[in-house]
Amino acid sequence: MKEKRILLLFAHPAYHKSRVNRYLLDAAKKVEGVYIHDLYEEYPDFHIDIPREQGLLLEHDIVVFQHPFYWYSCPALLKEWLDLVLQHGFAYGDEATALRGKWLLTATTTGGRAHVYQRGGMNHYTMREFLVPFERTASLCGMRYLPPFVVHGTRAIDDDETLVDHARQYGEILTRLRDGAIDPDALHLDYLNDLLGETNSDA
Amino acid sequence: MHSDGFFWQAFVYLTAAVLSVPIAKRLGLGSVLGYLIAGAIIGPYVLGLVGEEGQDVMHFAEFGVVMMLFLVGLELQPSLLWRLRGPILGMGGMQVGATTLTIAGLAIAVGTDWKMALAIGLTLALSSTAIVLQTLNEKGLMKTPAGESCFSVLLFQDIAVIPMLALMPLLAFAGADSAHDEHASAIAHLPGWQQALIVLLLIGTIVVVGRLLMRPIFRFIASTQLREIFTATALLLVIGIALAMQSVGLSAALGTFVAGVVLAESEYRHELEGDIEPFKGLLLGLFFISVGANIDFALIGSDPGLILSLVGALVVVKLAVLFVTGRVFKLATSQNYLFSFALAQGGEFAFVLFSFAVQNSVLTPAIANPLVAAVAVSMALTPLLMIINEKLVQPRFATAQSQRDPDVIDQENAVIVAGYGRFGHVVGRLLKINGIPTTVLDLDPEQIEILGRFGHKVFYGDAGRTDLLHAAGAHDAKLLLLAIDDPEKTNEIAKQVRQHYPHLRILARAQSLEHTYELMHIGVESVFRETYDTALDMGVEALKAVGFRAYQAQRAARTFKRHDREAMRDLYQHWKEQKNYMALATERVNDLEQLLTEDARDQQNHTDHAWDAPPPIKKNEEDPT
Repeated sequence: MKEKRILLLFAHPAYHKSRVNRYLLDAAKKVEGVYIHDLYEEYPDFHIDIPREQGLLLEHDIVVFQHPFYWYSCPALLKEWLDLVLQHGFAYGDEATALRGKWLLTATTTGGRAHVYQRGGMNHYTMREFLVPFERTASLCGMRYLPPFVVHGTRAIDDDETLVDHARQYGEILTRLRDGAIDPDALHLDYLNDLLGETNSDA
Repeated sequence: MHSDGFFWQAFVYLTAAVLSVPIAKRLGLGSVLGYLIAGAIIGPYVLGLVGEEGQDVMHFAEFGVVMMLFLVGLELQPSLLWRLRGPILGMGGMQVGATTLTIAGLAIAVGTDWKMALAIGLTLALSSTAIVLQTLNEKGLMKTPAGESCFSVLLFQDIAVIPMLALMPLLAFAGADSAHDEHASAIAHLPGWQQALIVLLLIGTIVVVGRLLMRPIFRFIASTQLREIFTATALLLVIGIALAMQSVGLSAALGTFVAGVVLAESEYRHELEGDIEPFKGLLLGLFFISVGANIDFALIGSDPGLILSLVGALVVVKLAVLFVTGRVFKLATSQNYLFSFALAQGGEFAFVLFSFAVQNSVLTPAIANPLVAAVAVSMALTPLLMIINEKLVQPRFATAQSQRDPDVIDQENAVIVAGYGRFGHVVGRLLKINGIPTTVLDLDPEQIEILGRFGHKVFYGDAGRTDLLHAAGAHDAKLLLLAIDDPEKTNEIAKQVRQHYPHLRILARAQSLEHTYELMHIGVESVFRETYDTALDMGVEALKAVGFRAYQAQRAARTFKRHDREAMRDLYQHWKEQKNYMALATERVNDLEQLLTEDARDQQNHTDHAWDAPPPIKKNEEDPT
């Protein structure tokens, strides 16, 4: 089977202070066939080059949004990207077919631990529920939205081994996605992390 | 010497240098050995192209050593000198003392009179400042612990020459006439305390004048914008100090060294370095050639066994004493080997001291001449000893101590800013506030003065000179910000830097579109037209004034800028093809025309479709967004 081309849109306004996302991104960089597009580096002035971004979308099969989870959503520039790039007539609308059949994955990190993102937990809702705007966006564009890859409790991680472990899992999942080794119809997971059948340290 | 003779001499010396030094350097022997070999070849014993005047040339060329010490002083902040006071007195004192005693002891052991033996010991304790510093500099070892130790010992030796000259007449054998001779100073007839007072006064004057007077003088000279006058002033300074020092019987090298240290913190430091450097280089080369030419091969040939055993004994004794000294002062073993091998030779002052000793009847020519030859040979052997150390000794430490000790980096920052006027200082301030130190060069004395009052260190200097860029650390820097307001100068510097420091990334200020192309053509990565962004800002304000929302106006300007940048790339190609035959004026107009045409063609790109809603919805249809 032909390898899938992965476009990783990375959005982190304070990458120089980042720890977990740095590890994750480094793991992604090691997976061949993943095109890393660092939005805050490309568009520090928020002036997104729409044709260029649309071109990138056309060239890839799987889109990954990797970002820290800010106020139950993505950082501002990724929202700007959604607002600008997913134009009517290109991404959605009667004649829009550009994104149909592509997959969308959210890979994000939260300060709160997994148990707060549950019914009855401090945040009242699950990750999947918070990510509904992304899921609907994907759906409207004819894309398939995968269960998210999430690293919870980032502020409580104080050892390198845990970081290395998350990064390894991320790299593994990206590799499987690229190789077409994941059947989205068979996925009934809350987190894509669970795909590997390992127990997460914070689960 | 008539003029034909002079030009012929110059021709011979220069040819010898030009031919032999590059070859020696290629062979990994270093420039010093190249010069020495060149000297030996053109000397009286091989080709005989230069003869008796070799001695005069050597005296003249010794001035190169004086200039070298001035430059060494310039590189040395007073604080560093203060830090080295221990090694200077301790290592220097121990090396000179122990070497003198050992050699004198050996001389007595082979039946020499103790006075002669002491004179020989003192003289041979000295090493060659010229050869050692030049070689260490060339190998980039000056700032290693061994390099600093060498420097400390050499400095002590330079100072020690003065009392040695004073002591020599006292060692004269009975009945000898120790009357005045050519080396006696102008104040020799004065009582000792007056001499000491004059000497102290002179050093004090150098320090005070250097501190207080030189800056305004250099500023005044620099403001005339005449480069050659600045160079002349720098030379005058060095020569003047040398003369003053010699008139009181002090070492000229020592005086200019002090002057160098005093000026080390002045903003004209880089410029002075750049000005004196070429003179120093040439004179020092000449000096090495004359040392080579003065090696008395006839004498060596008449008794090679004697000379070789003298050289062997000299080198071995000096090596041993140096090694023990390095041990006592806790140099790491690999550094200690470098230190010992570097200094294990006789010095140029030995020629002076030996002839002085013969004049004062301390030594007989029969004793002095073989020793002079041995010193010359040992000097010629130094580069070879250093190579032996490098190739045979140091590799043994390669595993034990895999890396060289880190260099002491002084004012060499990763970012160099050329031009600190209304453009450059904005860039510099932004970097400074964000904790990025910069080395700043500017040519406007008034600007430098004003900035200095606010605690901004700006060096006076012309960034168009590679020697100056080198002094500013261009070989190690990452970034050069070209922010000067003279387009031709900017191009010239950019070309130089592209050629000599290809690793250095250049950000350049451009005056016009034409200038932008020129810089692109030279290979400058990032070009900034000085008025462009301000004009754009004004455009944004104008759009807002006629009713645009602020964000809309801002986006329009950014889109415009992106479009302009793309258009410029096309225009650059066009410019490259046409620049050979098109007049400048028409070109300017042509550029503008082309830009406007591009605008018209890409009109659709200018319209901002962002956040456009889908078309109006049909009845009975739900809008999902």
